[in-house]
Amino acid sequence: MQIKNRVHNGVMYVLLCGELDEHSATYTRLTLDEMFSSEKFNKIVIDLSELVFMDSTGIGVLIGRYKRMKDKDIPIYIANPSKHAEKIFKMTGLYDIMPKIV
Amino acid sequence: MKYSNFMEVTFKAMSVNEGFARVCVASFCVQLNPSVDEITDIKTAVSEAVTNCVVHAYPTSVKGDVILRCELEDDTVTITVSDKGVGIKDVIKAREPFYTSKPSAERSGMGFTVMESFMDDVQVLSNSFGTSVKMTKKISSNVTEKVG
Repeated sequence: MQIKNRVHNGVMYVLLCGELDEHSATYTRLTLDEMFSSEKFNKIVIDLSELVFMDSTGIGVLIGRYKRMKDKDIPIYIANPSKHAEKIFKMTGLYDIMPKIV
Repeated sequence: MKYSNFMEVTFKAMSVNEGFARVCVASFCVQLNPSVDEITDIKTAVSEAVTNCVVHAYPTSVKGDVILRCELEDDTVTITVSDKGVGIKDVIKAREPFYTSKPSAERSGMGFTVMESFMDDVQVLSNSFGTSVKMTKKISSNVTEKVG
């Protein structure tokens, strides 16, 4: 897993590249939490265009980040999910708390 | 003529082996000419089953084995993921959406639900000697001639 980020106009854009499973979950959690600990943004967009695989462990990781950011009143949005990621998101109701942006 | 083939691999219940398990099954199933979507369904289900072994089967630091078996019968793939771990106390509860025995660990509790959604049939057998998850999927996009 490789994670890139940039902040533009108060929005933090995060690009997840690789596979999000149990093996990469801890690294992903720690890296995102470190990125999200800065105070220079008021919205997060997680871009999944380069995420080649994700299972339900990824849902746990994303919901965990949502809970942390909810305390700071910072919304998280999902961009460019694969067909399969989208299927898992719809199944779990993730879009109810982290809406998809086009 | 009935087509059949199988493979079986055993590996340690470590998360680093999840990717191996996914690729291994996907590579083996290619002989049935599945679509990319079907392969991704299978890879996701395998990943969920192996994750359960990695996370739940061996709670002590000594990690045991995961046995991954894949059988092909005509256009149907049957995957069995087994461990010799502590077993699941309540299988019915464990299969409920959002149920997790480790809520503090940021687990979604959706593993079995994903397996059920992506495969045609999922059977779980568990006792104090281990757990076996048997998943079946018919490859409907099998349109060309099989290898072998």
